[in-house]
Amino acid sequence: MELKGRVHKFGDDINTDYIISGRHKFKTLDMKELAKHVMEDLDPDFYAKVAKGDFIVGGRNFGCGSSREQAPLAIINADISAVVAKSFARIFYRNCINTGLPVIECDTDQIDEGDELQIDLQAGVLHNRTKGIDIKIAPLPSVMLQILSEGGLIEHFKKYGTFNFN
Amino acid sequence: MGKTIAEKILSQKSGKDAKAGDIVIADLDFVMGQDGTSPLAIKAFAEMRATKVFDPARVAMVIDHSSPSPLEGVSELHRQMRVFADKQGINFYDIGDGVCHQLMPEQGHIIPGDLVIGADSHTCTYGAINAFSTGVGSTDLAAGLIAGKLWFKVPEAFKFVLNGILPAGVFSKDLILYLIGDVTADGATYMAAEYGGEAIDALSVEQRFTISNMAIEMGAKCGLMEADEKTVNWVKAHSQKEFATVKADDDAIYARVKEYDVSTLEPQVAKPHTVDNVSPVSQVAGTPIQQGVIGTCTNGRIEDLRIAAGILKGRKIDRHTRLIVAPASRQVMLQAMREGLLEIFVEAGAAVVTPGCGPCVGTHNGVPSDGENVISTANRNFKGRMGNNKAFIYLGSPATVAASVLFGKITDPREFVK
Ligand code: SF4
Repeated sequence: MELKGRVHKFGDDINTDYIISGRHKFKTLDMKELAKHVMEDLDPDFYAKVAKGDFIVGGRNFGCGSSREQAPLAIINADISAVVAKSFARIFYRNCINTGLPVIECDTDQIDEGDELQIDLQAGVLHNRTKGIDIKIAPLPSVMLQILSEGGLIEHFKKYGTFNFN
Repeated sequence: MGKTIAEKILSQKSGKDAKAGDIVIADLDFVMGQDGTSPLAIKAFAEMRATKVFDPARVAMVIDHSSPSPLEGVSELHRQMRVFADKQGINFYDIGDGVCHQLMPEQGHIIPGDLVIGADSHTCTYGAINAFSTGVGSTDLAAGLIAGKLWFKVPEAFKFVLNGILPAGVFSKDLILYLIGDVTADGATYMAAEYGGEAIDALSVEQRFTISNMAIEMGAKCGLMEADEKTVNWVKAHSQKEFATVKADDDAIYARVKEYDVSTLEPQVAKPHTVDNVSPVSQVAGTPIQQGVIGTCTNGRIEDLRIAAGILKGRKIDRHTRLIVAPASRQVMLQAMREGLLEIFVEAGAAVVTPGCGPCVGTHNGVPSDGENVISTANRNFKGRMGNNKAFIYLGSPATVAASVLFGKITDPREFVK
């Protein structure tokens, strides 16, 4: 899986209330509608700025807070191709894998707003094209890689009816 | 080599000799969803082409987050939950029954040694009664509903040894706020927190729930405690199920151990906009407050209401301050009624609202206006959490909130607590 796009940079401790506020998520299951409100409390123009394939890049503890899966789903539906951060909160991390959104753990200090990135998940390399540098990414456990490569946990269950890891 | 509580429970439920770092597929004892997460799980359940939950007796759904429904969109999602619950014959709690994390242990669904998932991040609450319980998202919930199992990465453990006894007017909420401030919001990420020591032993089970509830606010996967006589008696009073408690081995391996002496702890307050932004109350005393909230899965239990009522009894809240009280469950509300606590709140000037999440998550029931300060007994103070990103949320114990609304400013509760 190779991903390419521009960076939208955020700081540490980006919580799920910031990603999609509770005042929106309880109203509907229409993820395209929710996507319009992604990150809105931090940047009201965020949705308008995103081009297909772009990345959200954060610092430590990205996705902390609630278990709302509307967070990764709204990110996916805003056409973001992956989230890159120094570390992730665990429920959010699992939810991303389950919904098929790649999450990439690496040092993000050398990634800035507007940088162009190219990410090869299998090879485990993130290339910052703007800065001309490669950044090593932490490998995903095999169970997660399998779910992600199958397109998420729904697809996994459609295929096997239960958990079936090789 | 010895095992932690988390390693023991995950070993038992997976049939493997599970050690931190291993990935196991383990049998679930109970699976729970609330109204913010269940509708998506019901959708995923259908997309996964499932027709039946693995065991209706081991499943519960709760309408608590937007309860009763404030909007037609929410009403439709609630309707979908009711239809699913009827069709599947699962345990179902509708508006007014209470917050999911109060109901699960109170209604006897959870016992020591259980492995529980809930599609709500504060599912870690039941660690206080020695259950490995953890929050998941809607797709994991759907998978759990179908398979009765889930995959887990066995967590390393972070042990908190709490020595000394909390002084009068200082509660388990103050203690957990202090710990989160100390280790920070990601201090225990991917880990199982284990709390023990003299200070925990001295607490009631109700007070212990507050500590386990907030384990997620330090990033932990669960917030475990060993079971003592109090735990066993509490669980027996609420559940008919047979159980065996789980103890960590003396030579268990912990990734981190921290010891504290709590005997001189002051009441603590988390300041906007992160839970780990914690100060002793003396440093924030005097901050003006326009709204107080007493309730939530953190501090809406009967003991919490007793503490707050003890301070508010015979007094009136400040004229420029509102107070919202949301009992954690129907049973808590009934008990509070019988003890005359609701009368004390109403006479003091509070608005008592439906048992459930109340205004905690910003869907209804008390959204603050721009620039207002709120002091709440909840567990999160993120920007926008209560429905307005221009409001400021402080977190404290029920005693601190009660004392603060009396004066319309953050107030040290100790002089009011005998
Ligand atoms: S009371 Fe608040 S924190 Fe607890 S379950 Fe409800 S919304 Fe979540």
